[in-house]
Amino acid sequence: MRALEPWVVAPLQTFITESSARLILLMTTSGQVVAQHGFARSVEVMTAAALGAAIVASTEELARIMGGSRFAALVHGGAQQSCMLAAFGTPRGRWIGLVVFGTETSVGLVQLFFDQMVEQLVSAAPREQAPATPLPNDFERELDTSLKELFGR
Amino acid sequence: MSEAQAALQRVTQVPGIRGSLLISASDGLVVAERLMDGIDGRAVAALAASLVQRLDRATNHAGMRAPTFVHLRGDKGSVLAAPGRSDLVLVAVAGVDANLGMARVQMLDAVGRLV
Repeated sequence: MRALEPWVVAPLQTFITESSARLILLMTTSGQVVAQHGFARSVEVMTAAALGAAIVASTEELARIMGGSRFAALVHGGAQQSCMLAAFGTPRGRWIGLVVFGTETSVGLVQLFFDQMVEQLVSAAPREQAPATPLPNDFERELDTSLKELFGR
Repeated sequence: MSEAQAALQRVTQVPGIRGSLLISASDGLVVAERLMDGIDGRAVAALAASLVQRLDRATNHAGMRAPTFVHLRGDKGSVLAAPGRSDLVLVAVAGVDANLGMARVQMLDAVGRLV
């Protein structure tokens, strides 16, 4: 498991242990990766983050058009592998969790422990805001550094 | 009243039963529930479904039939589960003073009536 911020590690580790999820990706709503577990290649993480953020944006817009509040979670059930995508608020802004799980667990367990992880993340998050620099000059270098941290290379 | 609600009503009428749920075993999600305040139905459903599935696998690997009734006893009460057809499981949360024999009879009868 790799995380950009150390306070994310403990809640995420507990979630992985309790839920038996195969893969998890935590990201911001703009698709910036915060932590990941189970992904082998950085390109997979970046693709999954971009797609996950886009799907959440689409479902939130769909909910707005339908006149309702946001959807709590989106679950794609598969025969051997399923996927859950859920957005949640943190003191650091709105984040998205993408979880892939197999038949060794269930959507009920994943949702239960995901909600517990969100509570733990919210209480563990430092209250001061991270500096808001949408696209710094050294963006490419920062991205490269973040990916190295996430994959240990 | 639906079959599911009728089954839950029968179980919750047993003295000492604090609530009952009909859950999906494979998903661990609540199908119907009738619970006292303070019981997290979602958590009970997810964990009871996991327990029933694991017991099912364990007995299967041991060459035995799947369990027809599960009784998980704790210091402050019990969780009872009766697997039925169509992936459904009838679950009851019982206090320490519950009439567990009556609960078992009612649950097995109720789950047998569910399609």
